[in-house]
Amino acid sequence: MNNNLKKINIYAIYLGAIILILPLIAFFINAFSFRWFYPQVIPKELSLQAWVRLKLIPKPGQRTFEGFIELWASNPAVIKALLNSLSIGFLVTIVSIIIALPAARVLGLLNFRFKKLIIFIMVSPTILPPIAFVLGLNINFISWGFSGNYFGVCLVHLVPIMPYVVLTMTGIFANYNPDFEHQARTLGANKTRTFLLITLPAIAPGMVVAALFAFLVSWSQYLLTFLIGAGKVMTLPLLVFSTASSGNPALTAAISIIFIFPAILILFFTSKFVSGESGATSGFGKI
Amino acid sequence: MGGERLKIILSLTPPLLIIFTLFFGGIFYGFLQSLGYQPAIGKYEINFSAYYNVMFSERYAKLFWTGLGLNLWVSFASTFLAAVFALFGALAIRKTFFAKTICNFIYSLNLPMPHLVVAVGIIFVFSQSGLLARLASQIGLIGSPGDFPVLVKDKYGLGIILAYIWKEAAFFFIILMSVLQSLGENFEELAQSLGANRWQRFRYVILPLVMPNLFSASIIVFAFSFGAYEVPALLGVIYPQMLPVMAFEFFLNPDLNARSEGMALSIIIAIIVMILVVFYFWLTQAKIRKD
Repeated sequence: MNNNLKKINIYAIYLGAIILILPLIAFFINAFSFRWFYPQVIPKELSLQAWVRLKLIPKPGQRTFEGFIELWASNPAVIKALLNSLSIGFLVTIVSIIIALPAARVLGLLNFRFKKLIIFIMVSPTILPPIAFVLGLNINFISWGFSGNYFGVCLVHLVPIMPYVVLTMTGIFANYNPDFEHQARTLGANKTRTFLLITLPAIAPGMVVAALFAFLVSWSQYLLTFLIGAGKVMTLPLLVFSTASSGNPALTAAISIIFIFPAILILFFTSKFVSGESGATSGFGKI
Repeated sequence: MGGERLKIILSLTPPLLIIFTLFFGGIFYGFLQSLGYQPAIGKYEINFSAYYNVMFSERYAKLFWTGLGLNLWVSFASTFLAAVFALFGALAIRKTFFAKTICNFIYSLNLPMPHLVVAVGIIFVFSQSGLLARLASQIGLIGSPGDFPVLVKDKYGLGIILAYIWKEAAFFFIILMSVLQSLGENFEELAQSLGANRWQRFRYVILPLVMPNLFSASIIVFAFSFGAYEVPALLGVIYPQMLPVMAFEFFLNPDLNARSEGMALSIIIAIIVMILVVFYFWLTQAKIRKD
């Protein structure tokens, strides 16, 4: 009897996995078929038409190396949005890590007055919804000249990312022993060498995870980019949203596949770091 | 000692500056505008008429209160259901079996997925001509797409709830897996040797142990689903409308007076989230003290 129960258990897990993967299957069918009419479950013909219409794959007959280069060099909307998303994500991640590093060190290693209050202030953007601050900020950004440009979008992305990078790295420093630094210093290493040879290797694994997820938070940002970018800074989420609203499933699916690719990649490489205990996980609630 | 103090202040200033000027500054300025203070269009007086209009005027009252109801329903239902599904998934998946690693990966797959993509996926699977409707028609359950129940863009917010369950169950799952892993099986084996049955082991051993983490995760999920825009914007209907979508549409309205109402609404959303989170903390703290 117990054995039967175990079997049911396992079948339930398989069923759950199949249900969870259904959207992903639907993405691929939609993206690689053109006329996928109801009630077909499996499309009658496979087609790259969605990708051709997005100017990501050349028309049949021009699918040579030069054909691809020429097409991509014509700067199609998806490539432009992809490059914007990537560069904003990288920039914001690096800036947030540099800003968070000293703060996290102080919060993780030292005890001082108002520390709890400061942590509370730092994490408040993770609880209150973005719509609460971005509508007001939008008006401010217009008068400061940050609205509708790349710089303003990067700046506003720092808000959801900052708390989460500070928190994750505070966790890293809480388990870090600064005595090794003192030893290196007494042995004659200067500040830079100590940081590069002692501190950095010790905090690197945690920092990489923080950086990857900071990137993901920026990568999936829709509302902030839309409002602050004022339609002038196109990123992938904006493209997904507008294509989805206009209702072409094949195009939506194709852009979505490009959009989720880094997410799956990051999960694949970090799955062993991701656990409920690391602060990194709490950032997922914001993506 | 003085040097250390300076170091603390210097290290904490840059991130705090960002949070204060952009985040709290944005909220403060939004609050000012919600009070009708709009120098850009020459309005300097301060009053609460935008709040009154949103909540009680004949034009918007119905939209606001049904929206608030929908918001509460969607957030509670999706947080609760996602937590329950994740709990059963995590408990079941602990045992070794064929293709466990793959299942584990699939169960965490929605974790890094942007909400926007999950919403699109829900349309592809659950709409009346979606994957499930096609499967149902293939096995003869339904004829035309119209026979399939309306699960996406429906007035009960079912599509929105489905999207949040999809996404947040993975979040709960990861947190539960790591708690269960760190606990090991000792507690359960002990309980079993003392004669506890399956239900008793779940109710009196596992549940109390995972509860603190489950509670703090559900605060994050609840607060997020209450104030997020993308999912209800893609999967919702015009009436009833969730509050963040309503606030955003007010804001984009070419009539600049509607802007104050949009700001008022976003401040109301923030206040409700804050009250609920404080209440939640109070509730869990009281419970922990009682235990």
